[in-house]
This record gives sequence, structure tokens and C-alpha cells, in this order.
Amino acid sequence: MLHLVAWLIALIWLIPFLGVFMASIRPLSEISRGWWRFDSFTPTLKNYVGAWNHPAAPISRGMINSLRVAVPATILPVLAASVAAYGFARFSFRGRDFLFMLIVALMTLPQQMIAVPLFRIMNKLGAVDSYTGLMVVHSAWGIPWILYFMRNYFSTLPIEIEEAAKVDGASDWRIFLQIVMPMALPAVASSSVLQFMWVWSDFFLALILIYSPTKLLATQRVPLLRGVYHVDWGVLAAGSIIVMTVPIIVFALMQRYYIRGMVGWVSK
Amino acid sequence: MRNDGRLLRPGAPQVPVSRTCPGGDSVGQTRGRIFFFLPALILLATFVVYPVINTVWLSFQTPEGEFAFFKNYVRILSEPEIVDLRGFKRGFPYGALIHNIIWIVIHLPLTVMLGLILAVILRDVKGGAVIKSIIFLGMVTPMVVGGIILRFLFDGSVGILPSFLSLFGVAKRTLTAHPDTALFALILGSLWLWTPFSMVLYSAGLETIPDYVYEAAVIDGASPLRIFFMITVPLLKPVTGVVVTMTFLWVLKIFDIVYVATMGGPGGSSNVLALQMYMYAFREFNANAAAVVATFLMLIALVVSIPTFRALRGDES
Repeated sequence: MLHLVAWLIALIWLIPFLGVFMASIRPLSEISRGWWRFDSFTPTLKNYVGAWNHPAAPISRGMINSLRVAVPATILPVLAASVAAYGFARFSFRGRDFLFMLIVALMTLPQQMIAVPLFRIMNKLGAVDSYTGLMVVHSAWGIPWILYFMRNYFSTLPIEIEEAAKVDGASDWRIFLQIVMPMALPAVASSSVLQFMWVWSDFFLALILIYSPTKLLATQRVPLLRGVYHVDWGVLAAGSIIVMTVPIIVFALMQRYYIRGMVGWVSK
Repeated sequence: MRNDGRLLRPGAPQVPVSRTCPGGDSVGQTRGRIFFFLPALILLATFVVYPVINTVWLSFQTPEGEFAFFKNYVRILSEPEIVDLRGFKRGFPYGALIHNIIWIVIHLPLTVMLGLILAVILRDVKGGAVIKSIIFLGMVTPMVVGGIILRFLFDGSVGILPSFLSLFGVAKRTLTAHPDTALFALILGSLWLWTPFSMVLYSAGLETIPDYVYEAAVIDGASPLRIFFMITVPLLKPVTGVVVTMTFLWVLKIFDIVYVATMGGPGGSSNVLALQMYMYAFREFNANAAAVVATFLMLIALVVSIPTFRALRGDES
């Protein structure tokens, strides 16, 4: 009985995805009669080709563009935040805990809070409609959370090894790079996976900073696939699935780290 | 979950007490330590802290650059786009703020209950891990794609939900295109996308409850329902705190799925604060009105997350 309920719930949860998947592999004539009808079923990849090479908003280009933003916007903040997080975990200075709480508080901010000034800053720097601009903003935006996550991880590491290295005359940087970072790789993986997913899925920051048709990111292109006179559900669905594959692959490969980052709030 | 909803981000272990290398550092070495902090602090100061201060400043100014203090707030927050009292006589739209409130009032308790029930059921069911992965798909879906899926799900001619409802005599129509159903359709969709978050947190919470607690209760002859309410629910209270805060913040900042699925329409009947801020800023080019809405959002977010921060700080001392 409980099993039946559980699988029924799973089915309900799956239906919207199933619908989009069916729409993506069937011609529009079949979709408009209902994707759940199978009296005629002609699977086709035409919609995928259509979305990939769409005349107005080719998803292929969007995927490349999104990668060009998401990869550096993962590496940069993970590096910058890890280094600072180590400082917060191990160095003592006046105002340290206050500064740390201040940075943690930045996590609650809505992106709307930085949108207008950000656009103006980027405009002055000539970095509107540029990937460098967007990448830097994503990096800054990701730092509070990564810093918080990494600091907590560093605090759980045994300090004795670092002290021993210090006695041997190793510098802070050496200790950090050669001793601490290798031990912290699982945490680096967790924060990288989450940061990459967030940047890949972001829509708002891209919407306000990137506008040239050739530069639009994958998430910006999906809504443009809908067609002019009627909604082309097949192409729209195929485009959606193409954009989804990247987070799904990352999740499948890095599930352990993803979940660990996600549930960190409630378990140690 | 980012997507947009990435603000108070889920993650990170609870704070253990930080330890510091004992003294004996030379002055030169201590000075070099500032370079550990500089890259992160410069990025934060330039692209987060300065914009925040600037937005607060803008919210107090008129478009002509005069200092208006709270006049902007009084004016903007009583605009019909934000609060539309006529809605209570004639129906949607009620204004973005009221829509956000409706959204939270419906979404929050359902997410908490569904997530908890799913976590408890799926722990005991064979294949629970597979079902969890299926449900979890919503969490890794970019919210833009989520919006498209919802639009498809609710579509009058090709969507499965209107067709299903028509079996019960409900006229087929695009649920996201009618003022009386648009917001509720989006709320239902957001529940589908976000419940995985609460399920995963509760699942992790359940694992921290030791087996002997349950065994003792079973020996005492407690019924499964009694065990659920007297043991599981109270022991998961800290998790519930986190789930409630995160969910509140996520709904408060909801943007992508509304933008893609309805653009706040029809006629503003599914408009929300985050979207209205975008409209003010980038469609009407009224930076001051946008700043008022943004600052208002930030204040609510801060107030809501204070208990969570208290808890974090409590762990440290």
C-alpha cells in the first residue's frame, strides 16, 4: 500500500518532465492531439535539430556562451573564497567575527538589490554585454556562500598538522596550498558543483547584463524558441531539454558532493 | 536553487568553533596574511556591497536627484502594481506584494508537510532512492526551463492538466492565461519544483535520529502515527526551521518562472515583487521606484533570516 502511494507520487512528479520529453521527440501534429496519446507515434529528432540550429536563437551557440561564463565563474570565486575562508578559520584579528557575519548576511540579499547600480558600474567600465562583466558579477555573488561553506570545512580539519608544518618553518601560503587544500578537496568539489549549477541556471543577471542576440546565454535563448505565429512546442521542449542536460549530467556525476553541499545546513 | 532562488543558499555544515594558530607569528608574516582576504573582499565590495548601498541611497531619492526620504516608499508601495485593494472587490490582480503573500501562505505549509511526509515514506519504501532521484529532478532544473514546463503543463490545448480536469467537467483553458487561475497555477508549479529541497533536508535530518529512539518507542507500544508526531516531528524541529527560512526566501525572490510562464500576467494577476522591480528598472527606467521595491525585499529577507543567523551564531559561542 505504502509502495503504491510512493510510486504514484513519483509518477505525478515525473509527468511534467515526461510531457516535455514526449513533446521534444514527436512532431507538432501529434503533440497538439495530446502527448499522452499513442495511437500514432513517430519519434523524431527534428525538434532537437531545430532547437540546436534555430534561426533566431540557436541553442548550440547558447551552450557555448553559457560554458564560457559558467566555467570561469566557478573557478574564480572558489579560489578567492577558499583563500579568504582559510584566513577566517585560522588567523585571528580584530573584528574578524563581525566581518565574517557581515559576509554571511550577504547571502540573504535578493539579486534585485544590486541590479541597477551593477548595470551602471558595468556601463562605466564598458563591460555591459560582455562575458567578463557577467563572470565577475557571478563570482562576487557566489563568494559569501562558498566562503561560509569552506570556512566551516576548514574549521573541522585537525590543526595539529598545520602547527607542525609551522614549527618546521613553512609559510602560511605553503601550509594552505600544500597541506590544507589537498585535505579540503571534497569541500572544493561541493562548492564548485553548486556554484556551477547556479551560474548555469541563472537568468536574472544574464537578462540585465547580456543583450546582443549572438551573445545570449542558453537560459536566455530557451524562451525565444517559442515561435512567432503559434507556439512551437516541439522545438521549445527540445531546447529546454538540451539546456537541462548539463545540470543533470553534473548532478549524476557529482551527486554525492551536490547533496552534501545542499544538506550541510542540517548535518555535520 | 538558484536557482534565482539562490540567495540564502542551502549548504554548509553548521559552524564549529574556529581555531586559530597560536601566536609566535612574525610581523612580516602577519602582514602578508591580508592577501588571503583581498581578492574576495575586493570583489564583494565592488560588485555586492557598493551596489547595495547605492540601491538604498537611490530608494530615498527622487528621479531628479533630490532627497525624498520615505516619500518614495509611501508612494511606490501604495501603487496598484504593489498593493491593489480593489482586488478584494473584483478579484485578481491584488498587486505584487499581496500575490507574494498569497504565494507564501499556500506554498510554505505545503512544502514543509509534503517534504516531511515524502522523506518519511521514502525512507521505508523499496526503491525510495530511485523515487527521490526522480523528485529531485526539479531541484536541478534551471528555473527558466521550469517556467516553460509549467506553461506546457497548464496549456489549454496541449497541456495534460486542463485535459485531465476536463474529465471532471472543467472547461479546458490555459490556466496561466486567466486572471483567476494564473497565480494558483504558478504556485502549484513552484511547489512541484521546490518540494525536493525540503524532502532532501528532511531525509538528511531523519538519518541523524538514532534507531534506538524508535526501537524504544516500538517496545513501549507506540503507534506509527504517535511515533511520527511525538518523536519524528519534534526531533526534526531544527530542520524545519531551516526549511521554513529557505522556502520563505525562495518564494519571496521568485522571478524566473513568473517571467517565463506568464510575465506577471494576464493584466498583472500573477505579478510578484521581484518581477515588478525588474519592470520598474529595465522597462520603465525608473531606478528609484525599482530601488524602493528592492530595498523592501531585502528588509523582509533580513528579518526572516534573523532566527537562522541567531542559530548559526549560537553554534559558534
